[in-house]
Amino acid sequence: MAGGDQNELTSWSPSRRDAGQLTVIGLAAGAFSALFGVGGGTVMVPLLVLWRGFNEKKATGTSLLAIVIIAGYAVISYGLFGSVDVVKGLLIGIPAVGGVLFGTWIQQRLTDRLLSGMFAVLMLFIVVLYLVK
Amino acid sequence: MEAVEIIIVGFLAGTVSGLFGVGGGVVFVPSLVFIFGLTQAEANATSLLAIVPVAIVGSYRQSKYGNVAVREGIWIGVISLPATVLAAFVANELPQRVLQLMFVAFALYVALRMARRALRPEPDAEAEAELGAT
Repeated sequence: MAGGDQNELTSWSPSRRDAGQLTVIGLAAGAFSALFGVGGGTVMVPLLVLWRGFNEKKATGTSLLAIVIIAGYAVISYGLFGSVDVVKGLLIGIPAVGGVLFGTWIQQRLTDRLLSGMFAVLMLFIVVLYLVK
Repeated sequence: MEAVEIIIVGFLAGTVSGLFGVGGGVVFVPSLVFIFGLTQAEANATSLLAIVPVAIVGSYRQSKYGNVAVREGIWIGVISLPATVLAAFVANELPQRVLQLMFVAFALYVALRMARRALRPEPDAEAEAELGAT
């Protein structure tokens, strides 16, 4: 379980299957992150749930940790191509930090099924937004 | 960009991030394109920068709730590097409309998978123990 992970970090030796799945998830998340400007969580969360048997909350928490590293790589890569708008990124990112505190707090009070359903609705809304434009 | 709109979009994206374990890019990117008029590539890059502080705070909070598998998260993150660099290059070369359609296809796929999971939950011992009877 998640609670003991810090202590096991040093002695962790994943099986070939574990390592393979985590590597595929990482590569897929990295590609999606940079292609679409997202953190890769939309790939990682479903794959952690479906392949690794994580529940939604553990999948989302783990995804956020990986996103720190992935988005860091991606923003540096985009920086090399010159398309990062630093001022806008920080302006929109700072209020978002308030939002993430609110979101993680709310999340602890919702069921996993409800979270999956809400996530599906959000993604459908985005699809419609792009298609009607 | 209007200050009020920035704050609303930012807060909303952060909430989505906390709720769903994403970086908030699914909100940042469409907002930057449709509300603030950035191109898809500019929106991607700007979104990624905004995601970094959000994910730092979000993963820290989630670790306090015991929801972070640290070694898996670090493995996934570190190993993503080659795919990330390659995709950033590709995204800057592809036409804007192609990128948008790819994003739509991807969002649709995730929506369907998660809807299926919400409607027909897998026999998941961990989730059931947590929820009680479902």
